[in-house]
Amino acid sequence: MKIAVCIKRTPDSESRFKIAASGAAIDETGLKFDMDDFAGYAVEAALQLNEKAGGGETVVYAVGPDNVQETLRKAMSMGADRAVQLKADSVPADGIAIAKALAAELKDGGFDLILFGKHAFDSSAGVVGTATAELLGIPCVTAASELTIENGTGRARRELEGAAEILTFPLPAAITIDEGVARPRYPSLKGIMAAKKKPLESKPAQLGPSRITVQKMELPPERPAGRIIGEGSAAVPELVKLLQNEAKVL
Amino acid sequence: MANILVFAETRNGEIRKIAFEAVTAARQLADATGGGEVHAVLAGASGIGAKASQLGTYGADVVLVSESADFAGYARESLAATVADRARTGGYRAVVIGFSAQGRDLAPRVAARIDAPLASDVTDISATADSITVKHPAYANKVIMTLVITGSPVVVSIRPSAFTATESAKTARTETLAASPAQGATVTVTEVKEGAKGRPDLGEAAIIVSGGRGLKAAENFKLVEDLADAFGNAAVGATRAVTDDGWRPHSDQIGQTGRQVSPQLYVALGISGAIQHLAGMRTSRTIVAINKDKEAPIFKVADYGIVGDVLEILPVLTAAIKGARQGH
Repeated sequence: MKIAVCIKRTPDSESRFKIAASGAAIDETGLKFDMDDFAGYAVEAALQLNEKAGGGETVVYAVGPDNVQETLRKAMSMGADRAVQLKADSVPADGIAIAKALAAELKDGGFDLILFGKHAFDSSAGVVGTATAELLGIPCVTAASELTIENGTGRARRELEGAAEILTFPLPAAITIDEGVARPRYPSLKGIMAAKKKPLESKPAQLGPSRITVQKMELPPERPAGRIIGEGSAAVPELVKLLQNEAKVL
Repeated sequence: MANILVFAETRNGEIRKIAFEAVTAARQLADATGGGEVHAVLAGASGIGAKASQLGTYGADVVLVSESADFAGYARESLAATVADRARTGGYRAVVIGFSAQGRDLAPRVAARIDAPLASDVTDISATADSITVKHPAYANKVIMTLVITGSPVVVSIRPSAFTATESAKTARTETLAASPAQGATVTVTEVKEGAKGRPDLGEAAIIVSGGRGLKAAENFKLVEDLADAFGNAAVGATRAVTDDGWRPHSDQIGQTGRQVSPQLYVALGISGAIQHLAGMRTSRTIVAINKDKEAPIFKVADYGIVGDVLEILPVLTAAIKGARQGH
């Protein structure tokens, strides 16, 4: 199969964040950036589907400045065949503007499947994948937790509140990947060496106008310091009293 | 003055709580922009229109009833087409959708179709004459963004439980809205697997009881279930370590890559409090933690911590909660 995977570079999610002096961005000093977790699941899912099919091509795409090339190389070190950077000075806050750039690039690509992470850690919005599918006019499963392709038909599972949908769809299709589909492999040394020689194309992103601007970023209010009320089951009566009289949740 | 369009989510022929929250948010937005009307799309199988008055209770002026056999389930493509066609022709300032499983799928479809900007998962909305401002927790709830959205209409999806459904007595008019057909290839729902009955969803529960590796074995989740029963209508969650080990289904996972929850009460049992887990529950109103290691990070965020063996303490706590709720 010919599979496209659209990935994003995001800061390490375990970081402690500080707000930049502008008040409208995070301070990137000292932060480690890597492929977004959900994008990693999507790359792994693509590689496994093509391994199972016994061939095909996996092409990775990223929108952004030149630092996304490192993320694209990582995907190629995992096993993707080639990469395309859709170059932009920054990644807009308006997911529809990004979807337009991806749809313009992917529409004549002849892909059987286009994969995305279900959302990226930084923007936590989950707009780009499903919107790109809509612009391309192809079937889309948002946040699939299982995915198989057999004889040109896809099957996916999607979690709902207290239930799950089982879905089928024809190809070509777009899928945004939830955790559970595939744990990403670590690039091997051989993979890392091979990735250096794989083609990475860079071209301008045809972004739509961004109608969303970040006015402010702030850290959420800190929780008051935790309190240990006692040890062992002897502390249970005190806990119940606090839940009743102080927290008023009983 | 501008009208606001709302998608009123239904499942199995019932209007969901998120729909009332979305109508409430839309009512506040309409009132803030000079008192426009709130129009709610209510789509379902034949007979769903009988529920329209419920939306009026929360401030809808008009309920646009779209009855179609297709809408018995979540027919994503035709629902997106129906909402988008109405949004395009109705002259709305904004389209409000819930950031639920349905809404996460529907909102980007509608926004792409009508070429409108979409702000996802918002917890607050305000408006001026030419822009709408929202708050959106990003970076797994570690950073709060304030976003300004220009253009009209805009699409906004609201975080479940962020807006409290508030009654605003209106007698809603109903109008019939024709379903727009899906075009081209579509996704087919072959089955909907209903989860465990009798427990609320993690996103909707006022109380969540959650277990980690400290429970030592899958079968010990019975003790967690017992505590959830003692609280009455509590949901049961788990850490990523537990769902990775298959003790609990993946859908129960609370954390950065799982569900993000803000219940009134979160009870963490045998959970050390990895950053990945804290990102999913730190906005809970009250947090209780029971863990054997007094240095565990969960105690830094717990309002009430007990240090000790969770397996020994759980039955005692379950009995005490039962007793307290029966008024002893």
